Formats: sequence, structure tokens, C-alpha cells
Amino acid sequence: MKKAYLLTAGIIAGILMIQACTKTQPAIPADDELLDGPVDGLSYAANAQFLAGDKAFNADVFTRQTGLGSIFVATSCGSCHAGDGKGTPFTTLTRFGQTDSTGNQFLHLGGPQLQNRALPGYTAEEIPAGASFSKFTPPANTGLGYIELVSDATILSMADPNDANGDGVSGVPNWNFIPGYVHIPVNAVTQNGKYICRFGKKGSTFDLLQQTVNAYNQDIGITSSFNTKDVYSGSNIDPELSDLTIRNVVFYLQTLKAPVQRSQNDLDVSTGENLFSLINCSGCHRPQLVTGYSPVEALSNKTFFPYTDLLLHDLGSGLDDGYTEGSAETIEWRTPALWGLGLSPNSQGGQYFLMHDGRAGSIEEAIQLHGGEGMQSKNAFNALQENEKLQVIRFLKSL
Amino acid sequence: MKCKCFVTGLLLISFFSTQAQIDPALLKRIPKDSAGVTMNMDAIYSRPALQVAKLPVSVGGYVEANWQHLGTDGVSEGHQFQFRRLTLFVASAISKRIKFLSEIEFEPAEKEITVEFAAVDMEFNPLLNLRTGMIVNPIGAFNQNHDGPKWEFTDRPIASEQMLPATWSTAGFGLYGKYYKKNWMYGYEFYLTGGFDNSIIENSHNKTFLPAAKENPGRFEESASGEPLVTGKIAVKNLKLGEIGLSYMGGVYNKFKEDGLPLDKKRRVDIVAIDLNTTVAHTRTTVIAEWSKVFVDVPENYSQQFGNKQHGGFMDIIQPVLKRKVLAWENAVLNIACRLEYVDWNTGKFKETAGNIADELWSVMPAISFRPNSQTVLRLNYRYQQQKDLLGNPASKTAGFSFGLSSYF
Ligand code: HEC
Ligand code: HEC
Repeated sequence: MKKAYLLTAGIIAGILMIQACTKTQPAIPADDELLDGPVDGLSYAANAQFLAGDKAFNADVFTRQTGLGSIFVATSCGSCHAGDGKGTPFTTLTRFGQTDSTGNQFLHLGGPQLQNRALPGYTAEEIPAGASFSKFTPPANTGLGYIELVSDATILSMADPNDANGDGVSGVPNWNFIPGYVHIPVNAVTQNGKYICRFGKKGSTFDLLQQTVNAYNQDIGITSSFNTKDVYSGSNIDPELSDLTIRNVVFYLQTLKAPVQRSQNDLDVSTGENLFSLINCSGCHRPQLVTGYSPVEALSNKTFFPYTDLLLHDLGSGLDDGYTEGSAETIEWRTPALWGLGLSPNSQGGQYFLMHDGRAGSIEEAIQLHGGEGMQSKNAFNALQENEKLQVIRFLKSL
Repeated sequence: MKCKCFVTGLLLISFFSTQAQIDPALLKRIPKDSAGVTMNMDAIYSRPALQVAKLPVSVGGYVEANWQHLGTDGVSEGHQFQFRRLTLFVASAISKRIKFLSEIEFEPAEKEITVEFAAVDMEFNPLLNLRTGMIVNPIGAFNQNHDGPKWEFTDRPIASEQMLPATWSTAGFGLYGKYYKKNWMYGYEFYLTGGFDNSIIENSHNKTFLPAAKENPGRFEESASGEPLVTGKIAVKNLKLGEIGLSYMGGVYNKFKEDGLPLDKKRRVDIVAIDLNTTVAHTRTTVIAEWSKVFVDVPENYSQQFGNKQHGGFMDIIQPVLKRKVLAWENAVLNIACRLEYVDWNTGKFKETAGNIADELWSVMPAISFRPNSQTVLRLNYRYQQQKDLLGNPASKTAGFSFGLSSYF
């Protein structure tokens, strides 16, 4: 009798426990609180490829045995782009070169990137004498598939090299030579053998494939069939990574969802959004862009909200590091997308490290660092009432 | 130099005398509660084993199997049924004062059969025993005292398994001895063994990770640095108060030289640990705790991703609430227990920002365990854990239940 009770109690407890499993576990953070995760509506096979890319990006840590270095900056993509968000001074990398736009003259001395870390027993690189340099803090990786699909014509339509409309904002694309392995879309615009590039702080990278190949090579010291040059020895060596892995990572980057705005219905946020346009922050941080065709339905012919024009702007001498890339001059920076801005502290260790080298500790500081073409806009911001400024900030934090 | 110490030690120790080595009779199946007379260092011998007829060997072992349902930040792998390990002990009393014991572990998930321990012990004197073979280094207490059925939790302590490398065994020699007087016992262990290798700071765990060295089976043949790993432990036990142990393990870990050519400077890893266990007589509450600190010489221009200091530990609190006959089991015990754990894999500050390097974890794990006899345990655990990445971003939260059985056989 007693046994039967015990048994029944045991079985009931067991069933209750199994039922309660998911309830006793931490809830999934809201979609708008996370930067990672795929765009909606991927097929099963696409999900599998996304996961393979996710693993290569976040979980695959390189070691001496798998090709790390021998000089490098970090051991995996995910080390620098935690949760696909922005990085910190610890993951900031350094590029060196010179002040004119004649192409990097220091490639034979380990340029463009400084591999400031080395495997035990090896010596890390140092910036060669005579080179100028700039520090780049990792940007977020979200929504890049949309950015990649903006047509050259759209980018050119936003450019205003001679400031014809007199708003103090000009903006030019970065024209650069591109490697032979990239896929050039049919409607790409070319000029003297150069193409419009859009990725990176100075907008000097053509597409996500080039960005990925370079990241493996320059950040981790990993060669692929796309770039076989070993950063340490300078010689061409066997690929240390398969083409498939590279393609999976590119697909992962292409299908990472765009950040979702929070508190959209908050009055402060919508007032802030209007002020943002009124003081012409939107002259560079363009709220809305459209994609062209993509076989991935979720990306194809879509309107999206990145707050960038993908163009280079002169932001004044305060941000002049004396370093060039492609046609981007020393004072020119590509407008960074502002989507996901409010979630930056979740990947920057609870703080903000904004602008190309993370020198701004808050959104306010970032605004105050705008000079050159951004000067008028900054002055307009400073002329706002205190509560209006807060509304602009609230809006930016909702992104 | 080391030789001289050895001889001096021998001389010194031969002045003392009591019986320290474990009675080979223990190797037979005597389901007795031996907790009172043994120390952590005796763990490998104080296990039940079966002697078949007059065969000169006795065998024993334990199994561990679990069900687990854990979720991290809303994502769960669902129901997981795990057969963690089957461990076999084979022991024999070769002659008076010479014993052999081995522990062979089958871990199906790792597709691995590993010899964890296989050593011959020779007793010269209770205070001086020589152990030779593949041994388990006495760093902390868990490393030697890791048998599943001894614990109220399905998982091993994180600091013991993922900071310290439980179960870390190496090839080598050692001396140990024990001395006791009235309620007091004193024990020491001193080993020279093969050591760690570069994998402790060059691994795909992306952190300084001592257990990575376990993945190199070559260590039983060739020590990367060519220098001995020194492990030493002293422990004191009072039969009424409990036991406290202080241990140290350290040596050069890196391959600093190959074919006589230097590859790097010598780099050391050093670990200190303190362990204690006690049972409050009045309430029968048992507390088992262990804390250790790891120091690694990481090259200056290597990445701070790999920390040069780590620390962590755990505390188990076990309270028997019922002790009586249940069904057919005469001395069944029901316990409630809780484990608190903490690990910081990277203690220090970033050079770039002087901000704290996080890479840390804490966990609380309440448990109910049922022991129908002294060799078998059924346990139900609930874990709640928070883990922070290197940069100190919002912690990932893990929680869930596990239920499992572990038994000696
Ligand atoms: C050392 C840290 C570091 C590592 C490792 C790293 N990145 Fe980056 N990543 C950066 C920085 C810094 C930038 C900005 C680079 C630039 O301006 O050219 C960047 C830019 C990017 C961009 C362009 C984003 C944009 O908005 O233009 C992509 C895509 C990217 N990384 C992908 C990767 C991939 C894939 C990997 C792994 C193969 C990787 N990164 C590894 C630091 C890193
Ligand atoms: C002339 C074009 C331009 C205008 C106008 C402009 N910005 Fe920017 N903004 C930039 C560029 C370019 C950067 C990147 C500078 C750098 O990386 O050093 C930037 C950076 C930022 C950043 C930091 C983003 C990050 O990820 O680090 C914030 C925030 C920002 N701008 C907000 C504003 C606000 C608010 C306004 C209006 C007051 C504004 N910007 C006006 C071009 C502009």
C-alpha cells in the first residue's frame, strides 16, 4: 500500500517536473533586445546554412594547430563581434599607411593591418617608422545583407560632392579597386577600373565576401583560397579554411536580421525622431533605404531603416587620423549605421565606445565630435532645448 | 639535490611509525562507512570492491547516468539522456605492503576509454609509501575524490572540472604517508610527474583552460617542458572537527626547447588550493568546500583573452533529513543539499581600458538525494547559473533540472 503511494507520488513528481521544465528556465530575451538571429522566413536549408555560419563565426576559435597567426589580432570573429554587436578597445584593431590616397605604401612592411598579438614564442608587429595609423573599433554586424543589396545608383543619388543643395553636407562614395573573386552585380557602377565600396569605417570594402576573407586573413591570420598570403611569413600558403566555411559565414552575415526598434510609440522617441531630421542628422544618417532583388525573400526589394547613406564625409580635423583607404581621405569617414545603437552597451561591456576608434563614451560625446560637414548639424543639436536634446538621445537609444 | 632530499626524508620518516597504508582488506566488499578513518588522499582505496573467490584481484567500479533539461536564455536542447561514465576499478594486493590499483573510465560521449589511475604502491613505512605509475595529482580534494556516487549532484563542480582539470592524471612518482594520534590524522603527498603543455593557453575554449592539457594523450610518454610538475599536499583531520587540506601543483608548462634549440622562455603554471570538509555533529550537516587559484605565465604580447590568473571553487552543504528503513533498504537516507559555485577564468584588468576582465560564472544548485544504501545515490538537482563573457556583457542565464543515478558496483 505504502509502496503504491510512494510510486504514484514519484511518478506525479516526475511528470510535473518535465511539464515545468521550460517554465523554470530563463525566458528568451525579446527579439528587439538581441542583435543576433536570422531574418524571418528562411527555408530549412537556409536555417542550416545560417547555423553553420553562426558556428564558424562565434564558436570556431583558431589555434596554432588550425592556423592562428602566427601574428594576429584575435582568435575568432565572435571575440571581436560579441553577440554580433560592437566591440571595445580590447578588440580594437590598428591599420597603418600614409596620408595620401596612392594606395597603401606599407604592404611590404606588414600593412595595412597591425597584428599586435603573437603566438607564444613569436614577436608581434609594430607600426613601421614613417607610417600613420588609425584605430578601428569593431562595428555591429547586423542587417548587413540589406546594406549589401543597396544599388550603386541609390548610393550615387545620395551623394552631393559639391554640396549643390547648400546644406553643408556633401558626401562621396569610396571608389576603390576590388579583388578578382568578388561577385560584381550587373548594375554596378565603375569608374577607371574602380568600384563603389561600402563596408568598413572608411567604406573601402566592396562586399561581405571581401570583408570576410580580409577578416580571416588580417584579424586572425587565416588563409583561404581567396587570399592565400600568410600575414606572418608573407608567402602564399595552402588555404587554412574551406571555401564552404567562408560562404557559410557570408550567408550568416547576409541573413542576420536588422535590429528592431524599441519604444516606437513613446512620444519622446517620436519627437526625437522628428528633431533628428529637423537638425539634419538625417542628411548623412539616412533613415530609410531600399534593397534590390535577392533570392532570399526576406531581403528582396525591401525598405529598411539603417540611418546611413553609405557615403564618405569630412567630419573635421578632430577625427583626422592621417590614414587613408581607397579614395577615402584622412578626414573622411563612412557614415555608420545607427540601427542597434541603443543595444551597444550589451556588447561593449555595459558602456559605450562610439565613433571609429571608440573614443566617445556616450551618444552625447559622439555628437560633439562631429565637425566638418557635421558641424551645422551638431550646432543645431546644441541649440536645442535641454529636453529636446534628451528626446533626440531617447530616439537614438530606441534604435 | 632532489636525491638528497629523498634520502633525508627517508631517514627522518623512518623514525615515526604507525600503520598508514590502507588495509588491503578494504578491497573486499565490505559495505562499511569508512568516512571516519580515511582522508581525501585515501579516496582511491576507500571504495567498495569485490573479490571473486580466491582470485588475486578485486574489481569494482561505478556508473553514472542522468536525465537533464537545461535552458540558456530561452533556448533549450530539450530532454537529454546521458550516460556519463562507467568506471572500473581493478585492484590487487601483490604482496604484503605492495598494492596495485587501477581506475579505467569509459565515457561513451567522448568515445573514450581512459586509464585514469594505474599505480603500484609500496609501503616502506606508514609514513613513507612510494607510488609509481599513472597517478591522480592531489590538487584540491575533488581531483582524487571524484567518484560519482560520493556526491549529491549529477554534475562535477565547474571549478574542479573546467578550471582545475579534474580528473587530472599524469605519469610519475610520488611519496605519501599518514600519521595519526588519537583524534588527529596528518597526511602528506608529494609527487613528481609529467606536466601541462601549451594547450592550456592555446586552445579552442578561448580562455586559459588547464583541462585542455588532458586532451593530449602524449603526456604519459613525453612531458612538453621536460621539467617535472611538482604536486604537494598536506592535510590534517580531526575525527570530530573535519579535514582541511592545502595543496600546490606547479611547473614549467611550455615546450621552451626542441632539439636543444630554444623556442621560448620557460613559462610556469602554479596552482594553490585549499579544501575542507566537516560534519556538524549536532545537526549532521556536512559541508564540503574547495577553493583554488591558478597563476599562468602568459606571454606579454599574446592575447589577454587568455588570463594569467584564475580562481574559483565550490561549497556543498548536505543535510540528512530522513534516516530509516525505506521499502527494503535498511539504512536509507534522504538528504537535501545545495551547491554554490563560482569560477573566474580571467582575473585582471584590460590593458586598454583598465576595466575589469569578466569571464566568470556563478551557480546555485539545490538538490534532493536519496541514498538507499551507502553505495547508491539517486539525485534530483535544479541549477541556476549566470555566466559573463570576457567583456562583462549581460550574463547568459542557464537553469534547469537534472535527475540521475550513480552507484558503485
Ligand atoms: C580584431 C577584431 C576583429 C575580428 C577578429 C573580426 N573583426 Fe570584423 N571588424 C572589426 C573591425 C575593427 C571592423 C571595422 C573594419 C573596417 O573598418 O574596415 C570590422 C568590420 C567587419 C564587417 C563590416 C561591418 C560594416 O558595417 O561595414 C564585417 C562584415 C565583419 N567585420 C565580419 C567579420 C568576420 C566574418 C570575422 C571573422 C572572420 C571578423 N569580422 C573578425 C574587428 C574584427
Ligand atoms: C556629415 C554627415 C553627418 C551628419 C550630419 C551627422 N553625422 Fe553622425 N556620424 C557621421 C560619421 C561619418 C560618423 C562616424 C565618425 C567616426 O567613425 O569617427 C558619425 C557617427 C555618429 C555616431 C556614432 C556612431 C557609432 O556607431 O559610433 C552617432 C551616435 C551619430 N553620428 C549621431 C549623429 C547625430 C545625432 C547627428 C545629428 C546631430 C549626426 N550624427 C549628424 C556623419 C554624420
